[in-house]
Amino acid sequence: MSAPGRIFAITSKELKQLYRDRPSFIMVAGIPLFMIILFGYAINLDVRNLSAAVANQSGSELSYQLVDELQASQIVHITRNVQDELELVKLLDTGKIKVGIFIPADFERRITDKSRNAVQIMIDGSDPSITRVARNITNLSFSAHTGQAVSQVGFFATRVYYNPESRSAMFIVPAVSGVILQLTMVLFTAIAIVRERERGNMEMLISTPIKRYELMIGKILPFIIIGLIQASIIFLTGFLLFDVYVQGTLLDLYTAALLFISAVLALGLLISTIAKNQFQAMQMTLFTLLPSIFLSGYMFPFDGMPQTAQWIGRMLPLTHYIALIRGIVLRGVAIRELPDHIHALMGFFVVFLLIAILRFKKQLD
Amino acid sequence: MVSNPAILAKGLTHKFGKLVAVNHVSLQIETGEIYGFLGPNGSGKSTTIRLLCGLLHALEGQVEVLGYNMPQDADKIRGQLGYMTQKFSLYEDLTVRENLDFLARVYSIRGKLRSTRILRALEKYQIADRQKQFVGTLSGGQKQRLALAAVTLHEPRLLLLDEPTSSVDPQSRREFWADLFELAAQGTTILVSTHYMDEAERCHRLAILDHGNLVAEGPPQTLIDDIDAIVIRVDTDRPAVAQKCLQQLNWIRSIAQLGKRLHVLVDKTATAPVQAILAELQQHRIDAKVTVAIASLEDVFVAATGYRKG
Repeated sequence: MSAPGRIFAITSKELKQLYRDRPSFIMVAGIPLFMIILFGYAINLDVRNLSAAVANQSGSELSYQLVDELQASQIVHITRNVQDELELVKLLDTGKIKVGIFIPADFERRITDKSRNAVQIMIDGSDPSITRVARNITNLSFSAHTGQAVSQVGFFATRVYYNPESRSAMFIVPAVSGVILQLTMVLFTAIAIVRERERGNMEMLISTPIKRYELMIGKILPFIIIGLIQASIIFLTGFLLFDVYVQGTLLDLYTAALLFISAVLALGLLISTIAKNQFQAMQMTLFTLLPSIFLSGYMFPFDGMPQTAQWIGRMLPLTHYIALIRGIVLRGVAIRELPDHIHALMGFFVVFLLIAILRFKKQLD
Repeated sequence: MVSNPAILAKGLTHKFGKLVAVNHVSLQIETGEIYGFLGPNGSGKSTTIRLLCGLLHALEGQVEVLGYNMPQDADKIRGQLGYMTQKFSLYEDLTVRENLDFLARVYSIRGKLRSTRILRALEKYQIADRQKQFVGTLSGGQKQRLALAAVTLHEPRLLLLDEPTSSVDPQSRREFWADLFELAAQGTTILVSTHYMDEAERCHRLAILDHGNLVAEGPPQTLIDDIDAIVIRVDTDRPAVAQKCLQQLNWIRSIAQLGKRLHVLVDKTATAPVQAILAELQQHRIDAKVTVAIASLEDVFVAATGYRKG
């Protein structure tokens, strides 16, 4: 007879405890609300507006009309005009565009010559889903100023760069390394300070001459080494099992990993100065991980995401790491060619660490 | 040469929300003395100690420790302070030796000095044979010796010990105090909080705290001599009944039962209290022997705090 009474006792106790654990209570409503809004923005399987550049050497009226029509197709969003093919390749290398459109000087003559391609479409093939979308360009029918539809096989020549076989593993494994590193690294440091507080070590520690920055940096350093070991395991496994080889240099690969590991460790440390206990620290870790997975370009093509989602995505270290690591692994680009992402990761590290140091007080009140 | 006081606090006040944890406490602790904080749980002992070592910021009042203003200059004197927290705060998943080594490094004890100091501490506090043992597996007494070894490794000038003996057996407590006297003899100033009377009695000077107020201060013997009450001893076969009947008298401040004996505190202004108590007991047909007794520190504590009031 007393079983329902005891069940009720447990239930009401749990609810009270949950209600009093404010951050957890907020997360009850916060997590679903925040996540569904983010994912609603990010989940966009209908990829459009791939960033593109044009090298129009023809300059004829017809060629401009072609560019206009490509733009109007919404498959590509043409952001720049360049001189030649080399510049297009460079933009593809640095990840600034996904599609390059090359219109040769003898464009008009080629139209009439059925044996030759009139326009060359260069595609960043890192992401097989983007390749698929970009190939749709070749199905467009192009109407000349005469009003006559020009739809001919071989009008467009496509050339897929970087991942010509469209292998998903080539594309996924480098990004997965980021997700794994973020999960483990953030968690390591997120519980680092909370744990000392929970176990009662913190009061002893803050009464010693140790300085705030010494404590913070001391907490980060060991995990940098652990992070680099993890990265090595991931890439070695990727190479041995999934045949993912690194086009760029190993030095660049490790530099990118180091930058990212530092940034996410500092993020974890920041969480550790906010969370009151290890459970909250884990919740907050999850809270930063999920948007990273969805908005970084890991799950959906970054280019295909709406502006708002891209803007939030740029606020996440993983976005920049994925941009770097795909550049290095797939396109073999030198890391110094991607300074924006390097600076972003450095910025995250410095800002997170500074806030963590400032938030951490050597006192109990 | 007159040395400066090790601790000088004036009007120290701290609140947690609406609760006044420390209420205008002023005290002066001289260099080289063992100064005790005696008070029940929640009397403000820990909070005062935390205010003194700069871990809490006082709402009001000034603190000077070793000539420096707290908490502003806390970082300048951390190396000269040793603070032992109430809860054991060393790393249970490190060995004895590793803990000491960690703290020695944190206090910048370098090179050969580090290993000599650690070895000396291990010997002195009889934990040399435990140095490879994980701290989590030590007994209460061993943990406490290790804590003292750790907190004295950097030879601090001032030790703040927050209920250091609350979880150890009497034998360990005696040894612990022998160690404290040795440290004090070497010139270390020691502030120690306790709720044990026998420990409080060992201090050079004592402050009794109650609800955040400093209610009495002085050397233990002086406090006993100057007790603001008369202590009356009642020997009887029916102590419980006697206590019940004496509780009716409103001029009695407190009654404590000790076996077959009652300890009764009455105001100094009471007229002929022994006769009055005897008369009251006889009225209830209780046989008893009533005499004036010599006060103990416990009586001082009860008189000062009003605890155990019948």
